[in-house]
Amino acid sequence: MTVIPAPITPVLEVEDLSIAYRDGSGERRAVHDVSFRIDPGEVVALVGESGSGKTTTAQSLIGLLAQNGRVERGSIRLNGTDIARWTDRQLDTVRGARISLVPQDPGSSLNPVKTIGSQLGEIFRIHTKLRSDEIEARVLSLLARVGLSEPALRARQYPHELSGGMRQRVLIAIAIALKPQLIIADEPTSALDVTVQKRILDLIDELRAEYGTAVLLVTHDLGVAADRADRIVVLKDGRIQEQGATGAILAAPRSPYTKQLLSDAPSFSAPPRLAAVRPPVAHVPDDIVVVDGLAREFVREAGGPPLRAVDDLSFRVRRGTTHAIVGESGSGKTTTIRSIVGFDRPTAGRIEIDGTDVSRLTGEGLRQFRRKVQLVYQNPYGSLDPRQNVLQIVTEPLANFPGFSRSDREEKARAILARVGLPEEALGRRPHALSGGQRQRVAIARALVLDPQLVVLDEAVSALDVSVQARILDLLDELQSELGLTYLFVSHDLAVVRQISDTVSVLKDGRLVDGGTVSEVFENPRSDYTRELINAIPGRKRRAAA
Amino acid sequence: MSGYLLNRVAQALFVLWAAFTISFVLLQAMPGDAILIKFQNPDLGLTAQQVAEIRASYAVDSSVLVQYARTIGKFVAGDFGYSVQAGVPVASLLAAHLPATLKLAALGFLLAAVLATAIAFLSSLAPFAWLRGALQSVPSLFISIPTFWLGIMLIQLFSFRLKLVPVINPGPWQELILPVATLAVPISAPLAQVLVRNIDEVLTRPFVAVARAKGATRLWVLWRHVAKNALLPTLTIAGVLFGELIAGAVVTETVFGLNGIGGLTERAVGSQDTAVLQAIVVLSALAFVIINLTVDLLYPVLDPRLRTKTGAVA
Amino acid sequence: MTTFDTLHDDGVSQTTRKGEWRPGAASRLRRVPVGLGLAWLILGTVLLWAIAPSLFTAFNPLEGVGGEQLRRPSTEHLLGTDALGRDLYARIVHGAVHSLTGAFVAVGLGLVVGTALGVIAGSVRRRLDDAIMRVVDVLLSIPPLLLSLSIIILLGFGTVNAAIAVGVTSVAGFARLARAEVVRVRRSDYVEAAFGSGGTFASVLWRHILPNSLTSVVAFAALQFGSAVLQISTLGFLGYGAPPPTPEWGLLIAEGRNYISTAWWLTTAPGIVVVLVVLAANRVSQSFGRAAA
Repeated sequence: MTVIPAPITPVLEVEDLSIAYRDGSGERRAVHDVSFRIDPGEVVALVGESGSGKTTTAQSLIGLLAQNGRVERGSIRLNGTDIARWTDRQLDTVRGARISLVPQDPGSSLNPVKTIGSQLGEIFRIHTKLRSDEIEARVLSLLARVGLSEPALRARQYPHELSGGMRQRVLIAIAIALKPQLIIADEPTSALDVTVQKRILDLIDELRAEYGTAVLLVTHDLGVAADRADRIVVLKDGRIQEQGATGAILAAPRSPYTKQLLSDAPSFSAPPRLAAVRPPVAHVPDDIVVVDGLAREFVREAGGPPLRAVDDLSFRVRRGTTHAIVGESGSGKTTTIRSIVGFDRPTAGRIEIDGTDVSRLTGEGLRQFRRKVQLVYQNPYGSLDPRQNVLQIVTEPLANFPGFSRSDREEKARAILARVGLPEEALGRRPHALSGGQRQRVAIARALVLDPQLVVLDEAVSALDVSVQARILDLLDELQSELGLTYLFVSHDLAVVRQISDTVSVLKDGRLVDGGTVSEVFENPRSDYTRELINAIPGRKRRAAA
Repeated sequence: MSGYLLNRVAQALFVLWAAFTISFVLLQAMPGDAILIKFQNPDLGLTAQQVAEIRASYAVDSSVLVQYARTIGKFVAGDFGYSVQAGVPVASLLAAHLPATLKLAALGFLLAAVLATAIAFLSSLAPFAWLRGALQSVPSLFISIPTFWLGIMLIQLFSFRLKLVPVINPGPWQELILPVATLAVPISAPLAQVLVRNIDEVLTRPFVAVARAKGATRLWVLWRHVAKNALLPTLTIAGVLFGELIAGAVVTETVFGLNGIGGLTERAVGSQDTAVLQAIVVLSALAFVIINLTVDLLYPVLDPRLRTKTGAVA
Repeated sequence: MTTFDTLHDDGVSQTTRKGEWRPGAASRLRRVPVGLGLAWLILGTVLLWAIAPSLFTAFNPLEGVGGEQLRRPSTEHLLGTDALGRDLYARIVHGAVHSLTGAFVAVGLGLVVGTALGVIAGSVRRRLDDAIMRVVDVLLSIPPLLLSLSIIILLGFGTVNAAIAVGVTSVAGFARLARAEVVRVRRSDYVEAAFGSGGTFASVLWRHILPNSLTSVVAFAALQFGSAVLQISTLGFLGYGAPPPTPEWGLLIAEGRNYISTAWWLTTAPGIVVVLVVLAANRVSQSFGRAAA
């Protein structure tokens, strides 16, 4: 860097940006002195966990802070012009035309009562004086450009008639319609299935290269940032921890927080169980879960043949191991586990848990069976009664079965809560006063208090930030070896699955497409689908470099 | 779709039949007896035997079940029986009083709709928090005012104090000004509340942020994105509003001495003229059922999500 | 943070943040909104009027003083007197008991019967649920005022009968809300989790479903209280409630109507009292609803 080239004007230059939210008691600052720049055609990733201020920062760039938000100081220069204090009227000329937005959740980001065509055409009607037939032609070519088949049909359709991936393509079409200089992509794929996720990110990459647009990629996923960004800005609690070229940050992170993030992200960590201590002893008749020819059909309301959610599924799980069920939405994984825990009755097939045929159980038999099998839900907010405190939540299962006095129950609950790492002072709190990680610890404690043999974890760590996720996964691992538990781990996240499972079943459209030990499936996938899933795991660049 | 339609119509008919039955049980099984009230009056000088004959001619002495069957048959044929008090068929009584009420209700509803929409949309555009707060508290004030008292207050203020609206011999439209205003207040309140809530809710949805990110102004977003999404759910309270409209009409007509269905209802209750009251109850239930049926059938037309799906859902 | 980040919530930072963001229970109590405090004050005063009216006024509400007819509001007669020389303020204070008992009876009836129906409908199998909800549909199809008039014809005029008539009209509303809440709570993960940890139907209903679904029913009851005051005064005004000379508020307004051009206070004052009570009840209901959310 001895020769200083003629300075390029950055597309966007943020300097000492501080943002505060007003609430009942005064102002609270959410973003502290943030500075970064984005050069033309560059991809910059804003990485952080929840509460890091990344979304607030992104919103402020386009002037769409929540009503109670305010830029306290600092500047946001778009091509050298400070727009931080512009009025709405001034910003309206910039939004959509020079800076555009790809939102997080394609499901709710399109107006449900307007056609795709009119929502895409709207941006031309706002910013240009094109005639309506010209607009229509542009709409159709844009829809084709973002990879939607039959653009004329799509333009006439309503959002609910399109899949999530298709809707995100429409939103991308809106974002690139006027060839802006900067696209802000706010977690553009976190609501999508992994394989769709990869295709959408590929599309954004492609369009960026074609149009020379700069991209600000807001993401919680360091793997995505590593794959897609030229430079990374790491945020925590509204402050920049570190920023620099992607390769440099991944190779030699300077801040302790970045180091922690890198070691916690499952997509970066080396698969620990490949050298599993437990030798795969074949044909020892100690399979705690035996699923044989499982099928579940649902009657369609509209008539027609019944919907086969699960079709001829068979697998076995050895006692004391972790079996993962992997699949995207609609793969039948949820239906499968609901049958296993006895909340749903299969149409055909046999499920045997520890020698008991679950599908034949009713009433009291089913209730007694519940002691053996426990379910931990994805969303710890919804699975804990908001009116109970932690201690009540964990003692309740014991009250359902005889043999425990009140003091027994409390003693047992306290012991298990201490074991899952919940501080003593949290026992009297209600769920809303706990953090996401703590709530999931309570849910695990409730599942374990009955001394079950099988614990079914339904996307149990998917809603958590990576650093919290890593702690919960560690906890699950310790509990398994201590208590000899068997886990059935349902997930869409292959990186996590590879990290904690012994055996895997891969489901697609209700059918088993791949199965076996983790090393077999990950190293020699038998189906194209499994291969696609593995390729879609973000963070490949970094793994390849390592 | 046709199966759904049949099902809905059958449901509507059931509700109608049950409403008739309830009103029959309530009104025909009552201890008070309109015929006795009217004809036992000593001024008429009728003997006990003459009263009994009159009673027989009204068939009040046959068993309840026979009366029930007979009444339901007549209702289906459009014959609502005889008003004992007025001495004319209920049907002609209703026909004579309906136009006045329809005029009042239509104008009242129109004013209420305008008022509610204005409050809801102005409050979401209001540039200052205090103005927004003031506008949004109007519906909760409106909902707390007794309609009859409001009517009296309006008369007191506009007719007696300000002498703007004459009380004696007003013109046909002049006499409607205050009643329509009175009726509009209790109707507009729930409508405005629902609208304000819907607009606030729709404004938080991500597609509004996307529209703003396209460069659309606040007014553009409110008009082209929020309005339809916020107005659609108000259709579901159409039935409730109809109930308010009936109650409002009864009270308003009583206060202003208008000769409509409301006034008729009030007099029918006072003189225990059950045939009249039952006809009004059944007709209101019919109107309610038709309104809700229309809303149910209209909804899929207005909301594309409820139409049968076409094309690929990949 | 906004909606964007709600799914990924963090452990440590969240708790510290909550500490800064959310005022604790104690400080919240200190900052009860002025409007809410006023609302409770109004309701409390009116309740005291009903319990011990003689503490508030020395005048006899039923017997007038000769020569004191139609006096304007003054320091002696705070709200003036009526055509028989009765003190209007005294009549309003003594009338509170009629309006309040009426409203309590009406809301109590709707609350008990409606909630019971709704909870049953929400927790049992389809057949009975369908049957109950059809009955509710029918009750909703008859405009409330007409339904209460029909009941009044059946039962006769009077304070309690008017209250029952108003109560019956609110049964359907309570039933619908209670059922919707029970169904919503039943679908939640925590109810399934309670069954999953071996709970019986009765224990889950008692521990989880009822406590979580009844909060909004209570808020609705407060709202219905205001509406019942309003409806009872309407029936009183129409002459179907308490007979004269009972100082029921609706009846006071009806009586004052005859002097509308000469004695404005006779209609104005009782009406304002009704409006204040209803506003206060609605404000309190709103605060319940917020606490439940």
